Formats: sequence, structure tokens, C-alpha cells
Amino acid sequence: MNKLKIHDVSVVYPAAQGGDPVTALNEVNLTIEQGDLVVALGASGCGKTTLLNLIAGFIRPTDGYLTLGDSRIEGYPRVAVGLDIGDEVTGPGADRGVVFQKHALLPWLNVIENTEFGLKLQGVDKQERRERAAKFLKLVGLEDFHQHKIYQLSGGMQQRVGIARALTNDPQMLLLDEPLGALDALTRESLQELLLDVWRETHKMMFFITHDVDEALLLATRLIVMSPRPGRITHEFELNFNQQFLETRNARQVKSSPEFIAMREKILAIIHGDEIAA
Amino acid sequence: MTSNSLPMDALSEMPESAEATKPSIKKPAPAVTTSSNGRELTPFAQMIVRQLNKLQKGSPVASGEYYGQPGAGDSRIIALFSTLFFIGLWALVTETGMVRPLFLPSPVDVVARMVDITLDGFSGATLGQHLAASLGRIFGSFALACLIGIPLGVAIGCSRVMRGIFDPLIEFYRPLPPLAYLPLVIIWMGIDESSKIMLIFLAMLAPVVLSARAGVSSVKIEQIQVAYSMGASRWQVVTQVILHGALPDILTGMRIAIGFGWTTLVAAEMVAAERGIGFMVLNASEFLVTDVVIAGIVIIGVIAYLFDMLMRYMETKLVPWKGQI
Repeated sequence: MNKLKIHDVSVVYPAAQGGDPVTALNEVNLTIEQGDLVVALGASGCGKTTLLNLIAGFIRPTDGYLTLGDSRIEGYPRVAVGLDIGDEVTGPGADRGVVFQKHALLPWLNVIENTEFGLKLQGVDKQERRERAAKFLKLVGLEDFHQHKIYQLSGGMQQRVGIARALTNDPQMLLLDEPLGALDALTRESLQELLLDVWRETHKMMFFITHDVDEALLLATRLIVMSPRPGRITHEFELNFNQQFLETRNARQVKSSPEFIAMREKILAIIHGDEIAA
Repeated sequence: MTSNSLPMDALSEMPESAEATKPSIKKPAPAVTTSSNGRELTPFAQMIVRQLNKLQKGSPVASGEYYGQPGAGDSRIIALFSTLFFIGLWALVTETGMVRPLFLPSPVDVVARMVDITLDGFSGATLGQHLAASLGRIFGSFALACLIGIPLGVAIGCSRVMRGIFDPLIEFYRPLPPLAYLPLVIIWMGIDESSKIMLIFLAMLAPVVLSARAGVSSVKIEQIQVAYSMGASRWQVVTQVILHGALPDILTGMRIAIGFGWTTLVAAEMVAAERGIGFMVLNASEFLVTDVVIAGIVIIGVIAYLFDMLMRYMETKLVPWKGQI
């Protein structure tokens, strides 16, 4: 089984003119295993997105290292000298799918072409990639929109395409940077449910960033709370509200249970503490 | 006048279907039979009021059509009238003799002269031959500028090394007026066709390169990162994402380049040309044949305008998503 290991990772951004260097992440350790749905929560500036960028391979750590299975993730191609961790150095790759807050679909392609884009890059033949893309478009409820242009879709539908696109590529891990942050409450709930269904069925590793405490509690198997200046993980919780939700299919019931409310208060106290300190 | 609200009696007349319970704008306006001070209106006055009400209802208004960006809406009919007005003004001042034909010949004379030079020619060639020579130069240079400029601009946008090498060169020569380096081009390339093509090409190259480069940097970082996360190689990112994303800017650059080409055409045809619209205009001005000068100007203007319309049409076909996302 592959797992993602983040080992003592720090990221320091160089000083802007006349300022001090900014420590975005300070000695972060985290292991994500098969079937983990890790949600990162925290005040702005706590390094959530930096952490996601590290895992995706878009940036490289100033200190420490990340491994996924046998390969070492580096946001810049270079030879790992004198380190006996991992055989291979890899940047961003098809094993880690990314979904951003604002959809990053390609407007010159229609819905199905966007969804199959990753497979096309990998040289999968047209018939097979059409079939696989169609399967995931059906999963996200867009089977009737194959030929639509991206700019003809609503925000929620665009985000569904983004999720279908990431899934079609069959990554080991899904990285979601506030994927539902720009959506209305109803769409948001239906996509939360969709993501949980996907997670249960595929058992993929997921790393999910959000600002929304309710969303975090409902989705996570593991919740990490991060604090700013310097960005670090301060608390970690094992949760099972998502199991409750998948059994009952009733988000309101789960969210109004005493345990959920108590947990929410606890998390909010932590985050507000950080914001007052800042 | 209460044109948008339906009185109760109009509602009660509606058939009892589900659809009819909603007030519909297709219902006829209620009859207005009295004026505001209570006097009975004549049938004619009633008709006027009905028509005014109809006008007020009008067609549905899109959001932002009036209370939105100033200047939105279709201006084509106004443009047509404006064109006709200025041609009319031109005809008026010339036909009445207010301006002498030496300074401004009448539109009728110019059209007659156009027919004349189409059939009999002017300064050694017919209008068709002049036109063919100029169009060959313009579009030859244009093809060359696109063929070299687009890949170069994309390369400059995508590569630090290419940017380092070509940026100083392009930024240095870009603001120079083509007339300033015309002598140099002639010294290097002679006075035949190649120097003319070269001059126009140089004028067109800068806007094409710069727009392609701007197009590259307009591609959203998320689109590039997602492509990498789906296993794209660097080359695939350039060909499958950046080239497409840069296309709207490239097309704009091509439009600007063609405009630069027409401006440079006359300069290019100043030296040792035997044919060409620019040459024809210059030659005519030396002999004070004003109607040929104006005919040439009108022809250049019309062709340039038509080509620009073609480019705009291509934009709507090639990048229908421009500005949508």
C-alpha cells in the first residue's frame, strides 16, 4: 500500500523587499494512508495551500522531504544527492489529481474533452478514454452534458466536471483546494455527498482544504487544524461523522447531534484563538 | 400611464388554465378612455395612447442594457447613417464648388476615376495590377510575420533563455519608425521586392511577437498546474494548454500587425517601385492628380476594413470563449 509521508517539512519564502523571510510551514509531519480523508482547517495564512502545493509537487520544501510510495516529491527537478529515501524524484504527476476552488477547465474543449484530457495526454486511445470519461461524468450527474461548452455551465456543474476530470485520470490521491468554497449552500451539500460516495467507493487518499468547519467535520476521517505564523499543524482529530452520514444520508441529523456540536465548538475555539492572537 | 400592471377586470377575463394565472405581457393593454382630468378621449386619441403604451412595453430588457456599462448595444445603423452623412457632406461641398477639385474632387469624380484606372491604368499599370502588387507584399509579409512571430513570441513567453536573447532586440527595434531603418534595409537588401517585404515584415513582427508573448502569460497558472497533475510533459503543456490559451491574444496581435502593414506599405513603395497602391498614390500626388490620391486612400481603407472584419469573424469562430471565462 502506498502512503504519503511528510517528514519535517518547512517552507520559507524569501524576504520581500524590506521585509523578513516568511515561514509558511514549520517542521510539519503528516502521514496519509490509503482510505484517509484528511481535511485541513485553519485561519488564513496558516499554510494549508502551501501544504497542498507541496504534495502536488508544485513547490519544493526548504527543509525536510515528502515521499509517496517509493518516490520523493520535489517541486523542481533535481537529483537527490546523498539521500537514501526513494529511488525516484518526481514533480507533479498523474498519481495526484488536483481540484482547485476556481475550476481550471480548458474553455476551448467541451465537457467530455475536458474530462478525458488527462488520458489524452497519456496517449490512451480515443474510444477507451471516451468510455472512462463518460463513466465519471455519469457519476457526477453530467451524462447529458457531454457536448456542452464549459462557459455554458453553472459554477456547480463546472466544479463537477473538475472532479470528474480528476477521477477519470484514476490518481492514487486527490488534492482538493477549497473545491466547494465558491458554491451555494445547496450545491455544496450535494457535492459533499458526491465526494463522500467517491471516497467510499474508490478508497483513494484525499487531502481536502476548507474554511468551513461544518464541512470539515462532516467529511474528514482525520481533521488537522493548522495555525499561522509560522504555519504548523497544532491539533489532529480522528472523526467518524462521515460514516454516520453515509449510513443515515441525513446531513442535518448528523450536524445537530450533540457530539458534532461539541466538536464544532472545540474547533471554532481553537481557530478563533488563533485569529485573536494574530 | 400604468402600462405594466394589469387591472383586476383584465385578470378576471383570463381563461382558467394554470398558465393564465400569471400576468402575461402579451395581454392587450387596458383601454384608456378618459384623460387624466376625466375628459372623454376621441377614438383617435385612444389609439395614440394604445400605441404609446405598446412602445413603452417594448421588448424584454437584458440586465445591464441601460443601467450597465455605458455605450452597450448595437451601433450599426448609426454607423451606416454616419457614413452616408459624411459622404453626403463631401458631395455637397464639392458639387457646389465650395472646395476646388484640386484640393478635394467630388465623390462622383473619384468613382469615375476609379473606373478609369481600373480599365486604362495609371502610371503604367491598371488598378488591378497595383492592387495585386500591394496585396502580395502585405500578405506575403503577414504570412512571414505570423510564421516567425507566433512561435518566437510563444518561445519568449515560455523560456527564460529565449526571453533573455530576444527581448532586448525586439524592445530596441519596436519603437523605431520604419522610415528610419528603410535606408538600411535598402542598403542591405537592394531596391527590389525583398527589401519591401522585409520592411513590412519588420513592422508586423513586433506586434505579433509581443501579443503571442502576452498571450502566454495570460494563461491561468491553475490550468497549467492541473495539466501537470494529469501527467502532462512540459512540451504537452505548451502545445495543449498554452498555445490554445494564448490564441485570443495572438489573433488580436495579428489584427494590429495588418494595420501596421498598411501604414508601412506607402513607405516601402516610395523607393523603386513600379507598381503598388502606395506607389500609385505617391505618383499621383507628384502630379497633383488628387482624385487618384483619394481613390487610392479609399481603396486601402476599404480593403483594410474588410480584412479586419474577416479577422473579427474568425475570432468569433476560433475563440468563442474569449472573455467568457
